[in-house]
Amino acid sequence: MIRDTTLGARLWAAAVWTTVGFFVINLIAMIATVVTSSFATRWLGTWLPAGWTTRWYTSAWSEFQLWDVLIVTFQVIGAVVVISGVLGVTAAYALARREFRGKRLLVLLFLLPLMIPSMTFGIPLATVLYRTGLAGTFWGVVAANLVPTVPFVILVMIPFIEQIDPKVEAAARVFGANTFKLFLYVLLPLLLPGILAALLLVLVRTIAMFELTFLVAGPTSQTLVVALYYAVFAAGVRAVQSIDAMAVIYMVTTLIWLIIALRFVNPTQIVTRAKQPAH
Amino acid sequence: MDAVAHASAVEQGPNLRQRLAARGFDAVTLLVVPAAIFSLLLFVYPFAFGFVLSFEPKAGGDWLANYRRFFSDPFLYETIANTLWLAIPVTLVNLLLAVPIAFRVRLMRNQRLLTTILVLPITLGTVLVAEGLLNYLGPQGWFNRTLMTFGLISQPLKLVHNYWGVFASLVITGFPFTFLLTLSYVTGIDPALEQAAATLGASAWQRFRHVYLPLLMPGLAITFCLSFVQAFSVFPSAVLLGEPAGSTRVISIAAAQAAFEEYDYSMGSAIAMIMGLVQLGIVVAVLASRGLFYRGPASGAKG
Amino acid sequence: MTIALSQFDEVRLDRVSRDFGALNALRDVSLTIRRGEFIALLGPSGCGKSTTLNCIAGLLPVTGGAIWLDKNRVDTLRPEERGFGMVFQNYALFPHLNVRQNIGFGLKMRGRPKAEIDRKVDEALNLVRLQGQENKLPGQLSGGQQQRVAIARAIVIEPPLVLMDEPLSNLDAKLRIEMRAEIRRIHNELGATTIYVTHDQDEALSLADRIVVLRDGVVRQVGAPKELYETPAHFDVADFMGFRNKLKGKVVAIEGDRTILDVEGARISGVARERVSVGSTGYAAIRSDDLEVGEAGPNAIAATVDTIEYRGREFVGTAHSAGGLDFVFRSHVSVEPGSRIHLRTEDKRILVFAEPVQGRQ
Repeated sequence: MIRDTTLGARLWAAAVWTTVGFFVINLIAMIATVVTSSFATRWLGTWLPAGWTTRWYTSAWSEFQLWDVLIVTFQVIGAVVVISGVLGVTAAYALARREFRGKRLLVLLFLLPLMIPSMTFGIPLATVLYRTGLAGTFWGVVAANLVPTVPFVILVMIPFIEQIDPKVEAAARVFGANTFKLFLYVLLPLLLPGILAALLLVLVRTIAMFELTFLVAGPTSQTLVVALYYAVFAAGVRAVQSIDAMAVIYMVTTLIWLIIALRFVNPTQIVTRAKQPAH
Repeated sequence: MDAVAHASAVEQGPNLRQRLAARGFDAVTLLVVPAAIFSLLLFVYPFAFGFVLSFEPKAGGDWLANYRRFFSDPFLYETIANTLWLAIPVTLVNLLLAVPIAFRVRLMRNQRLLTTILVLPITLGTVLVAEGLLNYLGPQGWFNRTLMTFGLISQPLKLVHNYWGVFASLVITGFPFTFLLTLSYVTGIDPALEQAAATLGASAWQRFRHVYLPLLMPGLAITFCLSFVQAFSVFPSAVLLGEPAGSTRVISIAAAQAAFEEYDYSMGSAIAMIMGLVQLGIVVAVLASRGLFYRGPASGAKG
Repeated sequence: MTIALSQFDEVRLDRVSRDFGALNALRDVSLTIRRGEFIALLGPSGCGKSTTLNCIAGLLPVTGGAIWLDKNRVDTLRPEERGFGMVFQNYALFPHLNVRQNIGFGLKMRGRPKAEIDRKVDEALNLVRLQGQENKLPGQLSGGQQQRVAIARAIVIEPPLVLMDEPLSNLDAKLRIEMRAEIRRIHNELGATTIYVTHDQDEALSLADRIVVLRDGVVRQVGAPKELYETPAHFDVADFMGFRNKLKGKVVAIEGDRTILDVEGARISGVARERVSVGSTGYAAIRSDDLEVGEAGPNAIAATVDTIEYRGREFVGTAHSAGGLDFVFRSHVSVEPGSRIHLRTEDKRILVFAEPVQGRQ
């Protein structure tokens, strides 16, 4: 790698790092604002609050019925993770191992929900779900969240399955494994790291998935992020600190899973949506 | 007898299973069916349904009435301009920042810390960023306070409940996204190409201009599209941080209002279709320009 | 031929060092290369030969010492200011540029007029025999053709020095021999001063005017191919030059230029290449070609045959001694595996070395 040491190059490097530093500082300060405010007794027109308290957490907990919201959130996420894992891994296996007519079309079909923003397909989807009466229910929220996560699992898993030599499976068959044993003793252990990574990414994305849940959730089926949106939207009704306490609870929920996920995946994977479409 | 039985089997030809297998359909292929049905039911059908519904106006009238209404009501058609006026500058700013930074970070040994910090706003999501910026960029927030302390401004800048609030939120969530995508393309280029160019007398700028940039263009076009589409569908921050009835009344707001406040699903679908078309138009235009560039593998040797 | 290479007298490396953290990749490498010479840097992987080349090219900064082009110090210059031509291991052809644009890249960067670029690129195309391929992209060329483009691209800028980093390692065996001859031919036609990095001693022996053997970042020996082949100065150089039989023994006597070792009771006498003293441990190095089946007597050692392979004109076998030494030998007659034989050679075919120093010094 060539490192330039001229003055111009140094100035340029300094400018680039300053930009990065500016961005990161503002990002951290923004998060710190929320955390500080959630512990503040009164915070108006000063650098730091007048005093510190944890009472906003108890009041937010009861005002926003966070216990119920958290339970719904994790039920939704659990259902989404399990179903997208089952549907996604099986489909990815077929797509990775077989060539058949219409395969390219099918892959394109699975790619589209990841390329089109959720607001665009969310509105027609919500319309259909309202007509069928699923909207507002728990399973309606799960169904809506599955639309991008199933394709996501498929696209993460295809390259992962492709890099496992099919001869390993052939060898297992030759040595007498039936389909079930083949799956249990050979495929599952080989695929587990990939499945784990894919499902953790699904989990992290589903916690933060606002639009789809917002469009189809009812009062009893909203997840934490939607509850947070409504709280901020109706700001003025409740104390700012109370909303910030809720935001901190949301952040902690997300970050715990992010930290777990980052043990198994690279941060860039959260963004790059697995494999990019072929050039 | 055996010979006769054998012959009749041949006359019948291969059974259905064998014929399907010959075309690549067997038990393994069938594993794709559940996901395909799921996709048809929850993605293709709603989209088609919405498309048809958009031509069946709730208030009656001919099949194009929804679209005619959209393009004759400034409160509706101006949402396109509002959205583009946010999405295009934000995407360009993000991309122009991401490229030089990616070139620096490529040289870094410990990239993981930075990428982890940058993935934070993406994971936290737009709602939380909007909530955080509401405090942070507000008239009493730390940002304005800092600027005033340094004497850069005499009174707080108005940065929330207007265009700039939404702009800032789109940079905070959009820049990391653009950057991480760009980084993956930049690191995909064989560094030996830059070394080769240097030994052939190319200066740092010439190496960028004649080697990196042409190889990077296809990736940057895709990055632009994905980043643009994200910014174009901006919703929560436009409501919470912007002026949802004024300068940041973006197309998502119009669609959501039509569908879920006026309960006019037909109009809501029509706006969603228009939204999809505008995105598609820009994406196709950008991707078509990729045809002008080299698009093969970005390494020196083959295989 | 109007590709005229810049005139200079010598390139001099003066105690060049390069550290990667605590590791010395190169230590005090000094070397003078005269105009028109073809120098091979030879050594096993990790010996520092590619590091040396990258330091000369400016792709890695040196951490000590200096590089001189006659009276001009060049190690402080950026790679693009040095003007050396370089051929990379994976060719590093620009995938988005066609053959003509790839070859003309260096001239374009120098801002030469288009007519001049066209003329020089045509000459370079002729020189590497790639006429008719100029509009293809690198991805459409075979490995050998890509190699020719890489060479043309490096020489068309008329560099004082051409650097080649294992240029043949990606080619299959047949093409490698062919391109080796091509590189020799181009060097003969242009007389370009060349530094050629390789781990293949055949390549180094057949191409170079002088060979520099590197090991652990240190120059072990510099010399003409014949000199290195016949009289390696150190045990590790001998190992690299194909002395596959290494007989560990004790020095029992030194008689003039003959040094006598006791190897498992047999008396082996050879020419000492390093200073050894009576009573110390010594190694006798013998090429497999020189070790033959013979009678018991002086310079013969008893061994048991392990394998024997037919190689057309002769047999090549492996054997071991009672003390556990392994041998590779040749034979005009087939010998049965398991049979007891004596292996022997002439005094002058045996080189005696001191015990090698273990690890990095």
